[in-house]
Amino acid sequence: MNDLTPTPQERTAKLKGLGTSRKRVEDARFTQGKGNYVDDIKMPGMLHGDFVRSPYAHARVKSINADAARALPGVIAVLTAADLAPLNLHWMPTLAGDRQMVLADGKVLFQGQEVAFVVATDRYVCADAIELVEVDYEELPVVTDPFKALEPGAPVLREDLAGQTSGAHGARRHHNHIFLWETGDESATNQAIEAAEVVAEEMIYYHRVHPCPLETCGCVASMDKVNGKLTVFGTFQAPHVVRTVASLLSGIEEHNIRVVSPDIGGGFGNKVGVYPGYVCSIVASIVTGKPVKWIEDRMDNLMATAFARDYWMKGRISATKDGRITGLHCHVTADHGAFDACADPTKFPAGFFHICTGSYDIPVAYVGVDGVYTNKAPGGVAYRCSFRVTEAAYFIERMIEVLAMELGMDAAELRAKNFIRKDQFPYNSALGWEYDSGDYHTAWDKALAAVDYAGLRREQAERVAAFKRGETRKLLGIGLTHFTEIVGAGPVKNCDILGMGMFDSCEIRIHPTGSAIARLGTISQGQGHATTFAQILATEIGLPADSITIEEGDTDTAPYGLGTYGSRSTPVAGAATAMAGRKIRAKAQMIAAWLLEVHDGDLEWDIDRFVVKGAPERFKTMKDIAYAAYHNAIPGIEPGLEAVSYYDPPNMTYPFGAYVCVMEIDVDTGTHEVRQFYALDDCGTRINPMIIEGQVHGGLTEALAIAMGQEIAYDAIGNCKNSTLMDFFLPTAVETPHYTTDHTETPSPHHPIGAKGVGESPNVGGVPAFSNAVHDAFRAFGLRQAHMPHDHWRIWKIANQLGLHG
Amino acid sequence: MIAAAFEYHRPADLKGALGVLAEYGDDARVLAGGHSLIPMMKLRMAAVGHLVDLQDIADLRGIRVADGRVKIGAMTTQHEMIASADLAGAAPIIAEAAVQIADPQVRYMGTVGGNVANGDPGNDMPGLMQCLDATFTLVGPDGSREVAARDFYHSAYVTAREDGEILTQISFAAPKGGYAYEKQKRKIGDYATAACAVQLTKAGGKVTSAAIAMTNLSDTPVFSDAAGAALVGTSGDAAAVKAAVTAAVAAINPTGDNRGPAEFKRHIAGIIIGRAITRALSRA
Ligand SMILES: Cc1cc2nc3c(=O)[nH]c(=O)nc-3n(C[C@H](O)[C@H](O)[C@H](O)COP(=O)(O)OP(=O)(O)OC[C@H]3O[C@@H](n4cnc5c(N)ncnc54)[C@H](O)[C@@H]3O)c2cc1C
Repeated sequence: MNDLTPTPQERTAKLKGLGTSRKRVEDARFTQGKGNYVDDIKMPGMLHGDFVRSPYAHARVKSINADAARALPGVIAVLTAADLAPLNLHWMPTLAGDRQMVLADGKVLFQGQEVAFVVATDRYVCADAIELVEVDYEELPVVTDPFKALEPGAPVLREDLAGQTSGAHGARRHHNHIFLWETGDESATNQAIEAAEVVAEEMIYYHRVHPCPLETCGCVASMDKVNGKLTVFGTFQAPHVVRTVASLLSGIEEHNIRVVSPDIGGGFGNKVGVYPGYVCSIVASIVTGKPVKWIEDRMDNLMATAFARDYWMKGRISATKDGRITGLHCHVTADHGAFDACADPTKFPAGFFHICTGSYDIPVAYVGVDGVYTNKAPGGVAYRCSFRVTEAAYFIERMIEVLAMELGMDAAELRAKNFIRKDQFPYNSALGWEYDSGDYHTAWDKALAAVDYAGLRREQAERVAAFKRGETRKLLGIGLTHFTEIVGAGPVKNCDILGMGMFDSCEIRIHPTGSAIARLGTISQGQGHATTFAQILATEIGLPADSITIEEGDTDTAPYGLGTYGSRSTPVAGAATAMAGRKIRAKAQMIAAWLLEVHDGDLEWDIDRFVVKGAPERFKTMKDIAYAAYHNAIPGIEPGLEAVSYYDPPNMTYPFGAYVCVMEIDVDTGTHEVRQFYALDDCGTRINPMIIEGQVHGGLTEALAIAMGQEIAYDAIGNCKNSTLMDFFLPTAVETPHYTTDHTETPSPHHPIGAKGVGESPNVGGVPAFSNAVHDAFRAFGLRQAHMPHDHWRIWKIANQLGLHG
Repeated sequence: MIAAAFEYHRPADLKGALGVLAEYGDDARVLAGGHSLIPMMKLRMAAVGHLVDLQDIADLRGIRVADGRVKIGAMTTQHEMIASADLAGAAPIIAEAAVQIADPQVRYMGTVGGNVANGDPGNDMPGLMQCLDATFTLVGPDGSREVAARDFYHSAYVTAREDGEILTQISFAAPKGGYAYEKQKRKIGDYATAACAVQLTKAGGKVTSAAIAMTNLSDTPVFSDAAGAALVGTSGDAAAVKAAVTAAVAAINPTGDNRGPAEFKRHIAGIIIGRAITRALSRA
């Protein structure tokens, strides 16, 4: 050793492995406009497809006349349900076990529904041809309210289900009923609540919103009739599943289908499902023998592809006089729109909503969810959250606030009193989950101290007094949240999508000169996988992250995986990456032993090399070993250095966090200003702190949007009122407040590197924090519950109804 | 979101533009910044056979301040108005209002002429120009005429401008005294929930003149004489402000939309008008 020998710290730093705020390798191309998105794909002879969409929310389609459209120069074909029926593709299965019209088959069930697919030489001709397609509609009564949909005389929406008294998730009790899904012990819960000293009851509505990724959905389908291969480029969050579904639907053998997700400009759950546009593009390409591109515009995206939430959650929570929670009952009326196209693991039609006991040790609980059809767009995806976890977190964090009011107790204290204690982990919840790890009290105390919670409450009390004296027209709200997520779906024994177990995968090839490529079954939509997965691997195998390429999204090259959503990439594919890395290291150890002429048991791993125990000067670096793997004939060891791992997680992971939002509210105008937002996240082992911070900022901004303005609303006849970005709130830098991020680190005990996933936490925790701040501002005047979004007029309405406008 | 086909014309002078308009009648429309017209065409709510782009007509651009009068060429962009030092001196209310329009990208393209000619009750410049008692110059096949901003708006998208006319210039006397443009909107890029322009003067502790106009609270901008009159002669005390607000609110007729129902807008209007008057008074 001499002065030039790098220290262990220097060697570790060079890897840019776990814990390093490595710059995102993706950003060089994205910030220069050099990304390659679906709409950038241009193929020779490519045609364009676009939809004639229904202006009505419920109508019979009496006839479709496409003669004038077909006569327009440049129009190649106009497809209707009648054309797809012989192929049995006029309907398609949904991920939720229902079926959905690809093109209107006799009737339309929501505004914006796909009625006919026009294929033409360019998009402009498509747009003109769409105007020329004459559809004769007969309007039918519309129902957009899920409670009214379940009334005895409600219009029959799904005539195709006539007489079917059960569906994919059990009995249907009404023609617009989809399922009732229940878990927990209802009678024990009712008993606990009836016997309780204090009970709080409230209806909590989590309104319908939309993930609204900047890039809309789209695809390019290309059928090569010569070699029989179908290639589909698309905005797919789960490309491998799309391949399997495409094969099952089309009858084309799976090896003859290649699905590629190129760069994706945000997904947030919107790009998990299978849409009519994909089916129609594929059919059109098969029919014409030419590549066919379909790209949604913003209105299509907001009106027709998957929405999120729309849960009416009726809660009852009980406690002792001193604030110990004794039971929780929740009944949800879930508005699924016209078709049940929720993207949930098959056995969970309400996703993981039963994480709704949250961070609290609640001895007994019950959840029942009624899925209902209405004349609204289908969907019900997990918008930047694990399946229905945001709904659950919002529900319990509102119920806690309501209970605190009922008890006359401080809501922070009520939470602390009921947190699952550190020594209770692994913790089995009343609704059947096994929480892996947590230290809620530490996080909570840190958060309250960071914002000077006691000081804020004093300031708030002074403000209320000043308001009552007429000295100010602004109120101060302190929004608290302690959320627990359930992410990383999931164990194959109970999690699947269309029968595919929710494992994930990683395949690694080490190149002779000591660099590597790793391919995964997931697909980044902006999360920075190419950056972070290389970091996991760098720490596992001792090659610099900068020397590792990460590739995802091409089903011809990547190993099978279930894709990216529900914060599953790090918990599942990240685990597969670490496990595959360990396989590489195991073989590397054998090679090193041969090279160093020692027994492999005499070696130990040291950052980037194997070292002979007790003789630190004798070592082989991973780079040396890589070369040897391809260069030396090693007895008993195959050449090459590759590994693949399919990881079936033993459990979910349970990230958590403590958020505090301090908000000023102008009582006269309904406007607000977020004065402070403190976000403490515990996502277990932190792979790249900078990316975590970026994810938290982005997720909080989406949470702000949802809580304070974003919605997909319908008028009485089913017109979508928010189909453009003028009326659908997408915050800009101006509306976005400053965020302070913080963390604790409680690794997952079952994950190979202890990581839990973080991309969705800020949306899950952020929404209740913002909403609770609004509620809290008016608490002194008796407000218990006011539904989101808290836009100006709804906040104004709160003040108005509380009599604060004099 | 793709417009139907149209012919594109780009005349070099006003005469050429008027010629195209004369030739194609109501199948032709002038294009200024395009940030109201093109979205309407993309939504196929406006069908225009012939677009007459005014970009190349240099005479229509520019800001001139002379002899106490301000003249702004119709094709002057909102950004140019915000950046103009002359305007900042002569009529600072213009920049105060203009920065509250949309976002920088829109303001680089959107013109004052397009904004006032459009006739959309959501546009901010019409109310502002009524407050300033501006005059619009319209040039048509039969020559030019002047119409007061306060007489220009009949109902939504219906104005005093004839189909064959082009609005070439906006002019007004450089205002004196205190001013304010107050606007509530849901987010950057949104039209007003309620907005109000106030320009007033004070002398010897009394308000000597006051002009008050409002945006997006009826199907046209609303200029309220009565609101101004309620202030004149008073010291601008709370009672006077309240009287002015009451008079102004009486003149509006808002309709409900995604921003909220009419009763909400009425209330917000009162608050916004009150704040605008108060700020203008504080600057007088
Ligand atoms: C996202 C977004 C947000 C916006 N928010 C606001 C806002 O908050 N407040 C606001 O005031 N505006 C807003 N606008 C509109 C914007 O300011 C427009 O640019 C403006 O209304 C029209 O100006 P233009 O130059 O773009 O006109 P164009 O769109 O080119 O024309 C508008 C209409 O006026 C006619 N026209 C234009 N110039 C003349 C002329 N010289 N003579 C006769 N007719 C003419 C055209 O034929 C057309 O009918 C917004 C626009 C967008 C896209």
